[in-house]
Amino acid sequence: MSTQGTLARPTAASRVARLLPVPAGAGMARILVERNVMSFRHGWIAIITGFAEPVFYLFSLGIGLGSLVRTVTTDGGTVVPYAHFVAPALLASSAMNGAVFDSTFNVFFKLKYAKLYDSVLATPLGPRDVAVGEIGWALIRGSLYAAAFLAVAVAAGTVHSWWALLAVPAATLIGFAFAAVGMFATTFMRSWVDFDYVTLAIQPMFLFSATFFPLATYPGAVQWVVQLTPLYHGVALERALMLGEVGPGLAIHVGYLVVMGLLGLVGTARRIEKLLLS
Amino acid sequence: MSVLTPTAARPQRWRPVFGYWLTAYKRTWRGSIFGRFLSPLLFLLSMGLGLGSLVNRSAGGVDGVPYLQFVVPGILAAQAMWVAMGESTYQVLGAIRWQMQYHAMLATPIGVDDLLLGHLTYVAAQVTSATVIFMAVGACFGAWASWWVLLALPVTLLTGMAFAVPIFAFSAKQESDSGFNILFRFIITPLFLFSGTFFPVSQLPVWLRPVAWVTPLWHGVEANRSLALGSPDALAVLGHTAYLLVFIAAGAWVARRTFRGRLVT
Repeated sequence: MSTQGTLARPTAASRVARLLPVPAGAGMARILVERNVMSFRHGWIAIITGFAEPVFYLFSLGIGLGSLVRTVTTDGGTVVPYAHFVAPALLASSAMNGAVFDSTFNVFFKLKYAKLYDSVLATPLGPRDVAVGEIGWALIRGSLYAAAFLAVAVAAGTVHSWWALLAVPAATLIGFAFAAVGMFATTFMRSWVDFDYVTLAIQPMFLFSATFFPLATYPGAVQWVVQLTPLYHGVALERALMLGEVGPGLAIHVGYLVVMGLLGLVGTARRIEKLLLS
Repeated sequence: MSVLTPTAARPQRWRPVFGYWLTAYKRTWRGSIFGRFLSPLLFLLSMGLGLGSLVNRSAGGVDGVPYLQFVVPGILAAQAMWVAMGESTYQVLGAIRWQMQYHAMLATPIGVDDLLLGHLTYVAAQVTSATVIFMAVGACFGAWASWWVLLALPVTLLTGMAFAVPIFAFSAKQESDSGFNILFRFIITPLFLFSGTFFPVSQLPVWLRPVAWVTPLWHGVEANRSLALGSPDALAVLGHTAYLLVFIAAGAWVARRTFRGRLVT
């Protein structure tokens, strides 16, 4: 996430660093992360609440609906109880929700009202530090939630494979993709009213990314649209890992999310630079 | 609502309060209408049709009812809860602490009761409009089995108010918005998931069922469902309605006290 940087960078090196897309020029991002950790100490309740939500969903859908739905045939072809089917999707969508919330509402508040980044840029930190630092912070929190949720999913017996150990880094990758794009979008927001658009993007994805029912349930043309959405790739990735349906096709999901995250990151750094330094 | 109008000596001073909130809403209605129309439609498609196809295939619906017709009356009640929650948290605390509209209103002949009644009437109008839109959308998909569903409109309004009124009291107690997170995640979300909206309460563990029975959402869901399915047990619907009314009346009593405490003394 952050490379080791030094306070005084030689100009030649910094020019080279500016050619590189992301982490270079963001060597001090960890200082912003440190600042967030310190200011978050009073917000411990938010940590608990962020963890609780997917667990409620797991028990409601898994136990309550599970007894109605019984078993589901996954798109990978295995027949599993409904709770096992839905648990990976909840992990993926809570990674998305957490990352989007952190990178939109929180960042908008800091950008517009707290004027935090104006103060940050008055220090040796640059716009890339801000982009990488904020997104990094969202990922650290997201990984904690993902690990906690995975523990609950294991305890509930919904995990089939040791590949599930990779579910936490996968959740971090999902968080990275959404946080980067979310923060990029935030730099275009004019007021809180614009956040309706965030909900407008997130809610359909939550409901229709093969989260609650398999892709095969959709009509053919719709399946194609579903497969374009980022959350679909996140859900498919988590499901493959937790149910042990691992194959080379997973590279597509990973690649989609990596590219999305990198694009968002570069865009964010550029926008922060434009908004605050010009 | 009569609890909130103590004497006839101060007639209709709640109206300008209602008018104020309506005027403010006129500036932002576009975003909310879009969300209000779209969000129930998406839930209906996803839960009613998508998930419903899984339920119908393996269990033949719920107690013989197609899942769409089972779940949509529940979502209708839950939506009233969401709208009530959305209108009764930030706006109320904002009117006390940040924008201070309440203080401005109290500097005129408007009293605390007028303030509460006017603002709650506005919330009721919001819940009603959201419910009407949802019912129309549901009708397009054949979610209602009977014309009795029209009676679900007042029941849903009461369900929404059974949340709005106590949440007004809660919001008036807050110093910052961090309490809303807890309310949202530990009360509203579990209620949404465990009050018989998506599956019958009988699927819950035995010890959890009484918890569902106490919550206003369960009563709204049950009454709506029996009306929408066209075989309402009159006594049961009346019972659910009475429970909601008692909940609202108790909430109003608490809200009056907290508003007075926060704004006057």
